[in-house]
Amino acid sequence: MAAVQETIERVKALDVSEYKYGFFTDIEADKAPKGLNEKIVRFISAKKNEPEWLTGWRLEAYRRWVTMREPNWARVSYPPIDYQELYYYSAPKTALGPKSLDEVDPELLKTYEKLGIPLNEQAILAGVEGAGSDGRIAVDAVFDSVSVFTTFKAELAKAGVIFCPISEAVQTHPELVRKYLGSVVPPTDNFFATLNSAVFTDGSFVYVPPGVRCPMELSTYFRINERNTGQFERTLIIADKGAYVSYLEGCTAPRRDENQLHAAVVELIALDDAEIKYSTVQNWYPGDSEGKGGVFNFVTKRGDCRGANSKISWTQVETGSAITWKYPSCILRGDNSRGEFYSIAISNGYQQVDSGTKMIHLGKNTTSRVISKGIAAGNSQNTYRGQISSHRKATGARNFTNCDSLLIGNDCGAHTVPYIESRNPSTQFEHEATTSKISEDQLFYCMQRGLSAEEATALIVNGFVRDVLQQLPMEFAVEAQKLIAVSLEGSVG
Amino acid sequence: MLEVKNLNVAIGERQILNDLSLSVAPGEIAAIMGPNGSGKSTLAYVIAGKQEYEVLSGEVLLNGENVLELSPDERAAKGLFLAFQYPVEIPGVATMTFLKTALNAQRKQRGEEELTIPEFMKRVKKAGEMLDIKPDMLKRALNVGFSGGEKKRMDIMQMALLEPSFAILDETDSGLDIDAVRIVAQGVNALRSPGRGFLIITHYPRLLDHIVPDTVHVMAGGRIVRSGGKELADELEKTGYREYAGESEELV
Ligand SMILES: Nc1ncnc2c1ncn2[C@@H]1O[C@H](COP(=O)(O)OP(=O)(O)O)[C@@H](O)[C@H]1O
Ligand SMILES: [Mg+2]
Repeated sequence: MAAVQETIERVKALDVSEYKYGFFTDIEADKAPKGLNEKIVRFISAKKNEPEWLTGWRLEAYRRWVTMREPNWARVSYPPIDYQELYYYSAPKTALGPKSLDEVDPELLKTYEKLGIPLNEQAILAGVEGAGSDGRIAVDAVFDSVSVFTTFKAELAKAGVIFCPISEAVQTHPELVRKYLGSVVPPTDNFFATLNSAVFTDGSFVYVPPGVRCPMELSTYFRINERNTGQFERTLIIADKGAYVSYLEGCTAPRRDENQLHAAVVELIALDDAEIKYSTVQNWYPGDSEGKGGVFNFVTKRGDCRGANSKISWTQVETGSAITWKYPSCILRGDNSRGEFYSIAISNGYQQVDSGTKMIHLGKNTTSRVISKGIAAGNSQNTYRGQISSHRKATGARNFTNCDSLLIGNDCGAHTVPYIESRNPSTQFEHEATTSKISEDQLFYCMQRGLSAEEATALIVNGFVRDVLQQLPMEFAVEAQKLIAVSLEGSVG
Repeated sequence: MLEVKNLNVAIGERQILNDLSLSVAPGEIAAIMGPNGSGKSTLAYVIAGKQEYEVLSGEVLLNGENVLELSPDERAAKGLFLAFQYPVEIPGVATMTFLKTALNAQRKQRGEEELTIPEFMKRVKKAGEMLDIKPDMLKRALNVGFSGGEKKRMDIMQMALLEPSFAILDETDSGLDIDAVRIVAQGVNALRSPGRGFLIITHYPRLLDHIVPDTVHVMAGGRIVRSGGKELADELEKTGYREYAGESEELV
């Protein structure tokens, strides 16, 4: 993959402890006035030219949200967020509705080029000589509040796959959006999801029709650019009966002294015999070495294995953000459905991670598997929080959880908080957890063979997370591996 | 060549090496023998740069350069190799990946190009064959689930691959059956060259029937108490370390 290769090169060339995506693009933005009220919600809905039902849906969420409180059960701490000091809509002025790449603002193209995300299909094709059609990736690029471009749309359409910004899907496929939006994460779900429901601006929409195996990897690339702008994207992926899709999201933001709020919602729906594989490489700006700035990543991700024999698999590599609050979950509703969660969460500096999953077994003979690898370095705190539950009717439900933590240094913390709840006597839940430190003996052994302290740490950590890396699409596994090395820079020696 | 001059080393409150001096010329194979706890591994670790030991005074010169201020990886890049008494397991890291990472890390430090994949594979094949290491083993995580003998052979394979100018083998023969000892000895003998020095630490004289040393030193109580030729090893085979035991206690 040329794009990935380029990114790797860039990561390699990176200066120690420099967040490489920290640049800002100077581009004129169309913004809503600061703050949040019904008028702003209507403003966003009007900007998107939304049908009345959706405006109403948003307003209901907003009215609910003003009665809610921020959750405080996670092991994270941060100063209060003033929701009236944020902007809820910001779009590059020139971005609205480009039909071809020639119409996209060159500044935007340059931004994505700099990030290693090519939007030029020709360039992508040229870069994958001999890689076969499987080496290609369709990209939806979301810049602040709007999607700026989606590649390979025409080719996907040939296979019947819909892949477009959700704002566009509202116009072109309202029946699908209306049927599925909020059906997995209801607008009342939790403080951040409710906020998102009121003000979400863009995100990706995917629909794979019955029996279709999506011919390429789909991905969305999120970029926060504007200052004091919340990013509230909404992703909705539906795999119809017997369909298969693999989807990857990547994220970065400029370095800023203020914290940036990111409260996304992702909903996945797998019907009978369908499979969705969702991978995330999250590298939002983590804040500086003193803990100043960084993205607050408060995200609700949930998949619904609605049909029998369906499967949803979450894989995440979390290295960025000042605070991560995220629990990609599976509702195992269909009989024989399967949920998977593979996670690598790395924290360094003053980062705080509280992440994990929920596997909710409702159907018969449902199975789930959770493999979590937490790595804490510097002064960071890294918590795995996981809930495994089985319903009364979930005969034969099985879960296996393995949760390993690795500590680097003496000033960080790793915590494991499992909740296990079984209402059916035939349920089999297994939980394994370990916490270890990188041993001096391992480091010395590697260094004796010529590796520097940092190379040695990266190698040992990569070994530690190997089971999970193997779950990522190949090209991204390589990229993730480099990212891990970069995230741990300055953690030893 | 290696020169250790008046080395005093402590760990915590306790002094372990006492004014130890030792010199190994280029091309020479020197053996150190001595009872358990006499400080043999400590000497090896200090030469290689392990952190927890405190060097109170003295010098360690590798090819004329004092290396005590260098980090372990810098010493490795200068050609120092240590085969561990207890090789370490690195879960999840394929042995092949480790070999490649180590070799290229050293080359990078020396300002050399990375090896091409075919060239690397050629060298791995050669070293693997010499030490009877099957390609399957190279796919497994380094030393994880390896038998004691396999771990030792893997360390010697790394030595063959890294081609150090000075190698220390810390009780590489312990726990090996006689066939494995022979394989390891073959590996070492194949690397013998006029420019390359060896320090072979062993508890049992039998290894020295296979790797014939130029000099033999007896270590007790953190210092060299006797030096001689191969005949000293033969003598120890008969008498054991009994006569040095007192010395060791007295000095500790
Ligand atoms: N890390 C350590 N902490 C405390 N004591 C140590 C440590 N390493 C070695 N020693 C002590 O130093 C002495 C020499 O040990 P060592 O160098 O391993 O001897 P040998 O290799 O000759 O058996 C022993 O008494 C041992 O207990
Ligand atoms: Mg020893």
